[in-house]
Amino acid sequence: MIENVPFALMLTFKVVVVLAAMLVVALVLIWGELKWGAHIQARVGPWYAGGRWGWAQPLADAVKFLQKEDLVPTAADGPVFRLAPYVMIAGTLAVFVVIPIGPSLVARDLDIGAFYLLAVSSLSTLGVLMAGWSSGNKYSLIGGVRAGAQLIAYELPLVLAVVAVVIEAGTLSLSGIVNAQAATSLPFVVPQIIGFVVFLVASLAELNRTPFDLPLAESELTMGYLTEYSGLRFTMFFLGEYAGMVSMGAIIATLYLGGYWAPGLSSDALKFAGPVILLVKIFVVAFLMIWIRWTYPRIREDQLQAIAWKWLIPLALFNIVITATLKVVL
Amino acid sequence: MTQLDHRGIVEVSDGGVSVELRGESMTLNIGPQHPSTHGVLRLVAQVDGERITKLEPNIGYMHRGYEKLTEVRTYAQIMALINRIDWVSGFANEVAFVRAVEKLMGIEPTERAQMIRLILTELTRISNHLLFASSFPLELGAFTPLMYAMRDREYVLDLLESVTGGRFHPNFNRVGGIKPAAGGGKTQKNVSLDLPAGFYAAVESAMDRIERSCEELDELVTGNEMIQMRTKGVGIISYEDAIAFGVSGPNARGSGVPIDLRKVEHDLLPYDGLDFDVITQDGCDAFSRYLVRIGEIRESVKIVRQAIHSVPAGPLVAKVPRVLKVPAGRVYVRAENPKGEMGYYVVSQGGRIPYRVKIRTGSFSNISVMSKVAVGLLIPDLVASMGSLDFVLGDVDR
Repeated sequence: MIENVPFALMLTFKVVVVLAAMLVVALVLIWGELKWGAHIQARVGPWYAGGRWGWAQPLADAVKFLQKEDLVPTAADGPVFRLAPYVMIAGTLAVFVVIPIGPSLVARDLDIGAFYLLAVSSLSTLGVLMAGWSSGNKYSLIGGVRAGAQLIAYELPLVLAVVAVVIEAGTLSLSGIVNAQAATSLPFVVPQIIGFVVFLVASLAELNRTPFDLPLAESELTMGYLTEYSGLRFTMFFLGEYAGMVSMGAIIATLYLGGYWAPGLSSDALKFAGPVILLVKIFVVAFLMIWIRWTYPRIREDQLQAIAWKWLIPLALFNIVITATLKVVL
Repeated sequence: MTQLDHRGIVEVSDGGVSVELRGESMTLNIGPQHPSTHGVLRLVAQVDGERITKLEPNIGYMHRGYEKLTEVRTYAQIMALINRIDWVSGFANEVAFVRAVEKLMGIEPTERAQMIRLILTELTRISNHLLFASSFPLELGAFTPLMYAMRDREYVLDLLESVTGGRFHPNFNRVGGIKPAAGGGKTQKNVSLDLPAGFYAAVESAMDRIERSCEELDELVTGNEMIQMRTKGVGIISYEDAIAFGVSGPNARGSGVPIDLRKVEHDLLPYDGLDFDVITQDGCDAFSRYLVRIGEIRESVKIVRQAIHSVPAGPLVAKVPRVLKVPAGRVYVRAENPKGEMGYYVVSQGGRIPYRVKIRTGSFSNISVMSKVAVGLLIPDLVASMGSLDFVLGDVDR
């Protein structure tokens, strides 16, 4: 039956479903951050919105933001300023094209999936850079430039960590990577533990999350590149940040935690359970990120560069050497 | 080789290896509305990239004219005013002033009142330093210590409230002693009415709580490598600078200057019989100033524990005339406030209102050192060293 539906209609349907699912998951994550963060801090967090557990708090926040004045500063570069939030959110959403959420459940199983993944996930930094540059605000500018510097420092360990995964799996396709993990019944987090740590640290930097939230740094740069944003565009950035967490969680889950695969489940069972398993893994990674955020302070720009160049890159290279050697020997 | 300092010039080091591009420098206005300026401080910074080449603190946005206001108010009215100078340690502000008036009038406060003043001053110090322990990590980007320290500060504020009725602005000191309990009348001098029932037990349990809080902070903040990375060697105030700029209080002790007015001013409050140490650190950096304050919380807990066992019985207020008329004269009284040296120079020409009151506050001298400290720092370091100075704008501008 599916074959009879026109391609355009099917595509629209897919896009809408994926977008809606992503944004709902991002909203859940925002709520999770409010709630988990609160409990880490000996608070209860949102309580009244929605009747129980404050579940409607993210929605209430979104409605509040929608009512705010739509402000473009006089000094801002209008078109770039308006475009930036969408560039940011597009980068994170585009990641999901290649993430397999079940066996044969993938928007497009590209042969160079891992390559595509890394390419589009850094698009969101372009949005940040645009926001910082176009705001016409010195704090925003510093925040944007920090984001750029951070991208250059952290894209390399990210790529190098993925190279080791690709060597291990023998393929660039993400379905292939998941299958490789399923075939040996061993998620790559075990043989690739060094790469996992490098990737996790670098992904925190890529997402601008504490301890690498230098482009925002509200105690230094008021709100960094977001300083001049309000209303809907701020909401887009905010949502984009959490959508970024979801997509980064999905990448980590796919590359290192076995993706939709779980031990002991047949291929048929995975067809239905796959998306849920992936979602659970995404939330585990997101919880880790939230935990880190509410525990650690922010580090400094030069220290961030030092960590990237002196620790993560050598570690990632070392990891590649080990992986390649083992691959040849075994 | 080539070293030119003007704009847009390439600077080449000796080996010609590291080539640094110098751009135009930018003037960055930090404040008056900025999350980490603790109110309305304005710092005009010249930045080259993120490195600060020149910094000028610009104060006065919080000026409330207290020195002038004191000239048209009676001494009792001034008491309500001055605990708002440094609003996070209100009680400590009152003590030095009331001692100044007592000295001018030649009145000796009762021993019991003095000891209660001492206890409440130390509780104020604990609450101030806990507030520091919450805001300082926040400036470094760690949000969670704020919540823990704020939560535990409530235990101290509850104690202050139970005695004085106010959490921040107690207005509790009177010339000759402390405010007699409510419901006064003929029973004013009844000793059982001054401190609330069960106060000592409440203090003991609160102090246990504060000690646990210090341990918690040690785990969460002091031992945190990232906090140390951010604060060690940052915002250096050398021993000489500390003295030259008149830096006082925990900031001076963080630079190794072993000055504590509690050990010096013997007739201010009865600290003499109590056993406590002056905490100093030789690091001269932001981390040392943090360590000093955490150490002082522990020392204050020690002082309070000793003091509650040595509160003498007796009246709360000495014999004081109904209408306060202060004889002509002048006196300078200084006290170790949580933020640094707090001094009142009171000039009286006789009568019910002072002729002039000069207020010397710790924060004012402490932030004056910023323009020297900040040169060469990065913006994040500036925020860290600013936070480590623990100033309050009300205390700076008065």
